[in-house]
Amino acid sequence: MKDVQNVSRRSFIKGIGLASGGLIIASGASLFNSCSVETKELIAFNPNLFVQLNSDGSLILVASRSEMGQGVRTSLTSVIADEMEADWDRVRISQAVGDVNYGDQNTDGSKSVRLLYEEMRKIGAATKAVLIAAAAKKWEIAAEDCHAENHFIFNTQGDKIAFGDLVEIAKTLEVPEEVQLKDPKDFKYIGKYLTSKDVKNLANGSAVFGLDARLEGMKFAAVKRCPVAFGKVVSFDKTAALKIAGVIDVVEIPMIIKPFGPLGGVAVVATNTWAAFKGRDALEVVWDLGDNKAYDSEKYMEEITANVHKKGAVVKSLGDVDQAFEKASKTIESSYQLPHLVHAPMEVPNAVAWVTEGSCEIWAPAQEPQRTRTEVSDFLEISEDNVTVNVTFLGGGFGRKSKPDYVVEAAAISKAINAPVQVVWTREDDIQHSYYHTVASQYMKGGLDENGKVTGWLHRFAFPSIGSTFSPGADEPASWEAASAANVPFEIPNMQFETGKAPAHVRIGWLRSVINIPHGFAINVFADELAHEAGIDPLEFRLNLIGSDRIEETQNDYKYDTARLKHVLKTAAKNAEWGKELPEGHAMGLAVHYSFLSYVASVVEVSVINDKVKVHNIHSVIDCGLAVNKNTITAQMEGAAIFGMSLAFYGKITAKDGAIEQSNFHDYQMIRMPQVPNIHVEIVENSERPTGVGEPGVPVIAPAIVNAIFKASGKRYKNLPLMDYKLV
Amino acid sequence: MVTLKINGKEHQVDAAEDMPLLWVIRDIIGFTGTKFGCGKGLCGACMVLMDGNAINSCQLPVSLAVGKELITVEGEQENLQRLQKSWEKFNVPQCGFCQSGQLITATALLTSKANPTEEDIHNAMGRNICRCGTYQRIKNAINHSVELKNKG
Ligand code: FES
Ligand code: FES
Repeated sequence: MKDVQNVSRRSFIKGIGLASGGLIIASGASLFNSCSVETKELIAFNPNLFVQLNSDGSLILVASRSEMGQGVRTSLTSVIADEMEADWDRVRISQAVGDVNYGDQNTDGSKSVRLLYEEMRKIGAATKAVLIAAAAKKWEIAAEDCHAENHFIFNTQGDKIAFGDLVEIAKTLEVPEEVQLKDPKDFKYIGKYLTSKDVKNLANGSAVFGLDARLEGMKFAAVKRCPVAFGKVVSFDKTAALKIAGVIDVVEIPMIIKPFGPLGGVAVVATNTWAAFKGRDALEVVWDLGDNKAYDSEKYMEEITANVHKKGAVVKSLGDVDQAFEKASKTIESSYQLPHLVHAPMEVPNAVAWVTEGSCEIWAPAQEPQRTRTEVSDFLEISEDNVTVNVTFLGGGFGRKSKPDYVVEAAAISKAINAPVQVVWTREDDIQHSYYHTVASQYMKGGLDENGKVTGWLHRFAFPSIGSTFSPGADEPASWEAASAANVPFEIPNMQFETGKAPAHVRIGWLRSVINIPHGFAINVFADELAHEAGIDPLEFRLNLIGSDRIEETQNDYKYDTARLKHVLKTAAKNAEWGKELPEGHAMGLAVHYSFLSYVASVVEVSVINDKVKVHNIHSVIDCGLAVNKNTITAQMEGAAIFGMSLAFYGKITAKDGAIEQSNFHDYQMIRMPQVPNIHVEIVENSERPTGVGEPGVPVIAPAIVNAIFKASGKRYKNLPLMDYKLV
Repeated sequence: MVTLKINGKEHQVDAAEDMPLLWVIRDIIGFTGTKFGCGKGLCGACMVLMDGNAINSCQLPVSLAVGKELITVEGEQENLQRLQKSWEKFNVPQCGFCQSGQLITATALLTSKANPTEEDIHNAMGRNICRCGTYQRIKNAINHSVELKNKG
């Protein structure tokens, strides 16, 4: 890592002063690292925390959110560059350390662009305004007679001056608080297909991921953790481990009962990762397995399934479902079981920590750099000012890396051995000691009248809540978890949503798309079952269910517009040529879902031949408001299709005697190249406020596949993964 | 002490004979472009070229790499550089973590088969997992690379 040996960024952060929740747009201070050191030749202008214009014209823009493949570094900085009228080729991106002065940095919930789009625009526009003022001052003319274009300021006489040549004057001027934003029709980068700024370094091996961080004298560590969540170390014997060549030390690390506290265990420290792994294998540890040792996820599924087959706690009710079912000419019931999942980002959890007297520096693939900083400072009992969190590239996150338990482990080990250390999880550790996507059982009942219209809709669900990670013992869904089912925008006069009890026995966490995976599955498969019972084409049936154009009530200030929902569905159907003649054994299925404030529909074409399923085509459509970078949005939708296929066909984590049974990619499989269908993505053009992109593409895939399989084979598979039915 | 030839240069390393090549490259020599994904020969993140073949370096004891021509993603090989260009053009990487391995596998493929069929691509690239799901772009970039080469 290049700048590790240089001056720490800590000193710059100290200079910032008071923390604030929002962005400090006009702060003169700089959080820039050593690349910003001024020399005689190079003068730097920092109008705010996100921009540094150098006198040679080079422009450094700061990305405050973590890059994990969603293209956020490019998307956010391109917005600044656009408003600034900067030349994109002159832009370099600098990654922010974890610091409240950047505002919220939690890279989670598909909200980075949504929440920062306006701020980034203002930052770019304010910087441009100062440069215009600087040129006006130099030319001694009015600012109104100047305009910015492609890294220059022009005046009405046709003179021009380069951005870099204005740095010295710009430094002396006030940065305006009120700024004029561009007319969107003049956008140069926003709304286009930009290639990632990082693509070259990601393709030549030079991008630095957490796992690639290297410090002088750095040691490597692997941790043996209890196979059962929250089990404790009783005793351990390090003799055999210490005999392994390269092993230096064995230290116990504490369990911390906090949402993101480490599980605790015994760490083996070595001169290289391999020796640390071998030493860890050689350790003898006696565990107290604790309260979760009886967890059997198969039995648990039976329990929560029993819970959804009886009346639960009502979370929302409309009309009278019981009466609707009595009066219905037909009622149908169905239930769905979806297992635990694990993120398995390609880069395992890992972190480098260097704890010195009273301070600590971290290099980590962290989705939530500020929370990481807080957790480390709490653990070390030192002030946050003395903790620096450098954010590396993340080799995938999917929610796993917003829980910094692995970073605290690194800090604990570094403190114990008094040296910089990199803690590396094996893939087995990653799969067996994660924060798991919940396990869900759902029951649905629907009533149809004689015309095939749905008159009653009952949805019951039971799953261990993410809330259990924050308040141990919580055994019912959080309100936002229930809302993703209860907000289904169907025009049905009688609807009821109920929850059943479901205590947690492993750490439950969020995984790409979160609760929308089970809810989106049950809603979309059940709607397809109803369409079949009614004898109506699934597309027409679904459009009727959504019904009239209207704004649905939500708990946020974004409008949930049913017209947009229908539009994505119709567009996906049109793109896939829904209803067209298909080869023998082939059929299409569809699903539509609103999540992370975006609207997504997918139409999937499968074939079922000799009881084996193959996915041939996926047509996905997303309406995420104004599309900031279409290249990355398309890529996210393509990736979401694959992520959805992996969970549909293979995703299954089970526990027996409290321990996770899967361990690596042979028993927690992923879609691979030979199974990849043609994926077609359309992004709806509009100028609404930008909404989520990274996650909303996932929930529709599994139900669309299941619906297509039904159409092709007449068989309805209601539980995931499909490998359990030997379909792959 | 063993001597390894990586990217055209010789490296003297002090490593146990059974240490997998991956860790020698990453932790002792210090080239971090080659990645660790599973440690079990299941994901392809650790691919390097050994005498032109793509091998999972997490599975190869370093003693077996002595005397071989090793190339990592940081190295030079005509097909590798052409593929890297195509990777850029198609904006292939998402998180990028699997991409060194993908590129090495693709390099070996194009070196043994200048004009691979779709099935060849599937068979070769089936060794590499991309959790972000960039497969379609990988396939397009490989095909583009073939076109580039054929055009000269
Ligand atoms: S790390 Fe070698 S194949 Fe996965
Ligand atoms: S690009 Fe992230 S794993 Fe392939």
